[in-house]
Amino acid sequence: MESVVDWSRAQFALTACYHWMFVPLTLGLGIIVALFETIYYRTRNQEWLKICQFWAMLFGVNFAIGVATGIILEFEFGTNWSNYSWFVGDIFGAPLAIEGIFAFFCESTFFAVMMFGWKKFSAGQHLAATWLTAIGATFSAWWILVANSWMQYPVGMEFSPEQMRNVMTDFWAVAFSPVAVNKFLHTVQAAWCLGGVFVLGVSSWYLLKGHNQEFALKSIKVGGIVGTIGILMSMLTGDGAAVQVTKTQPMKLAAMEGLYEGQEGTPLIGFGIVNPDKRYDNDEEAMLFEISIPKGLSLLGRHDLNAFIPGVKDIVEGKDMIDGEVINTVPYAERIERGKMAQTALRQYSSARKSGDKQGMQQAEEKLREHYPFFGYGYFESVDEAIPNVPAVFYMFHIMVILGGYLLVYLCFSLFMAYRKPQWLTVRWKGIMLFPAVALLSIPLVWICHQCGWGVAEMGRQPWTIQDILPVQAAISSLESSQVMLTFCLFALLFTVLLIAEVGIMIKQIKKGPAQE
Amino acid sequence: MKDNIFLRIWHFYYEGFSSMTLGRTLWAIVLVKLFIMFAILRVFFFQPTLTGTDYEKAEQVRANLVIGEKQ
Repeated sequence: MESVVDWSRAQFALTACYHWMFVPLTLGLGIIVALFETIYYRTRNQEWLKICQFWAMLFGVNFAIGVATGIILEFEFGTNWSNYSWFVGDIFGAPLAIEGIFAFFCESTFFAVMMFGWKKFSAGQHLAATWLTAIGATFSAWWILVANSWMQYPVGMEFSPEQMRNVMTDFWAVAFSPVAVNKFLHTVQAAWCLGGVFVLGVSSWYLLKGHNQEFALKSIKVGGIVGTIGILMSMLTGDGAAVQVTKTQPMKLAAMEGLYEGQEGTPLIGFGIVNPDKRYDNDEEAMLFEISIPKGLSLLGRHDLNAFIPGVKDIVEGKDMIDGEVINTVPYAERIERGKMAQTALRQYSSARKSGDKQGMQQAEEKLREHYPFFGYGYFESVDEAIPNVPAVFYMFHIMVILGGYLLVYLCFSLFMAYRKPQWLTVRWKGIMLFPAVALLSIPLVWICHQCGWGVAEMGRQPWTIQDILPVQAAISSLESSQVMLTFCLFALLFTVLLIAEVGIMIKQIKKGPAQE
Repeated sequence: MKDNIFLRIWHFYYEGFSSMTLGRTLWAIVLVKLFIMFAILRVFFFQPTLTGTDYEKAEQVRANLVIGEKQ
């Protein structure tokens, strides 16, 4: 890794990955705490209040440690990605600003009531504050995910060559694009799953230690329901995500499946090893080993067992098929050519502007608009530059899917045991208490699943910061790579310290147990 | 006589913070973190690369993004 682009990408990935360790727990645990408090409100049973306050305390620890870790990403936009930051204009700024206002005023106000207000507010008012904290955090995530979705599927804007930035023309198209809606649902539901797995894991520790067992069982029942609903719904919206990716980012889908040459009735690879020597233009086998589900990818991507799914080679060559008919899309070589024409038009616009030639500006702008959908391809010299890292995307996608499948089985079975066979939760085999062992192991696994999901979303869209419009090498600022390396190391240190602090405080509080709170 | 709304909010937060136990540690972490982010990282390492008026920023980006413009 040598270039400033690589280091800036690594730095952004590092900060985003750490940020995403805190956020899904806030989203997932927030809902679970609100449910515990709702049960307490309805039953007025002090046991439920104790349970609620314990999980609210862990929620508070995570909230406090994680708060503002996302601000560092905004620092990086201004310093490392300045061309990008200007180029996206208010399209990116508006959702982030709304998120900031939401987070500050809504979450922080209700969070304070939630933490300080047990004896100051009525049970109903406190419950409302708890729900509003959870809902506020969820809606904050909405705006961040809207901004991210726009980068994957830029809509509702037009480019102004005068301002050198994209200008929003349709706020609603940006805020409610199908990609944004699906991404929001998928992400939030996956966070519910993570919250559920966390609650099960921590509760299982009490089963293992043989104290607070009633507390643990009640927690497992509620956490298990939220986790199971989360994983089931995130699988449904994952299907929606696959349909959206097939439509809007077919190269990403091809990379996710290591698919180089498409076919009708394309199989879905359940497990496989990618051939590292495979390129879109050689005859090597794409996979060294694979276990496939026949016609699975066609069903997933186009909800049709016999549908054609284009591979990397087809996309590069501009070939697709819908309903058995060959559809010509724009080949990548032509995209590069048209991107360069858009670049030339923008250069001509700039020259005409300098000399005050209004007619020249108008002509250049018309030409620019014609080729603007491929503007970003003008920065490439070869097709290879426009293809993501297929093995990395493939493996992350498959790890996510395999872990998602595991989590579904684990959560469903845990829920069954909690409601029907609670004695099974403490069964031992060769001295090992099985459920706690699995439940504790599942905690890191659910985080790995989340990180891989984001890895697929972000590495799968490479080389773009904005799909088809701005590649990473153009989005970057003119910085020294040594400068970015230094801040990379500082962030790695800072976030690692924060993570250790969070884990340390949580373990201490968990060891104290609910009775102490 | 009841305090006015601002005094009540002040007392709510003041008493809330005063009665914290674990919260004090968390607030210490939050404040140190925010200090590192805003007083060190932001000031010394993360100055915005584009400077000047909007027009000047647009011209800098034009020079960066238009191939052949930056000579």
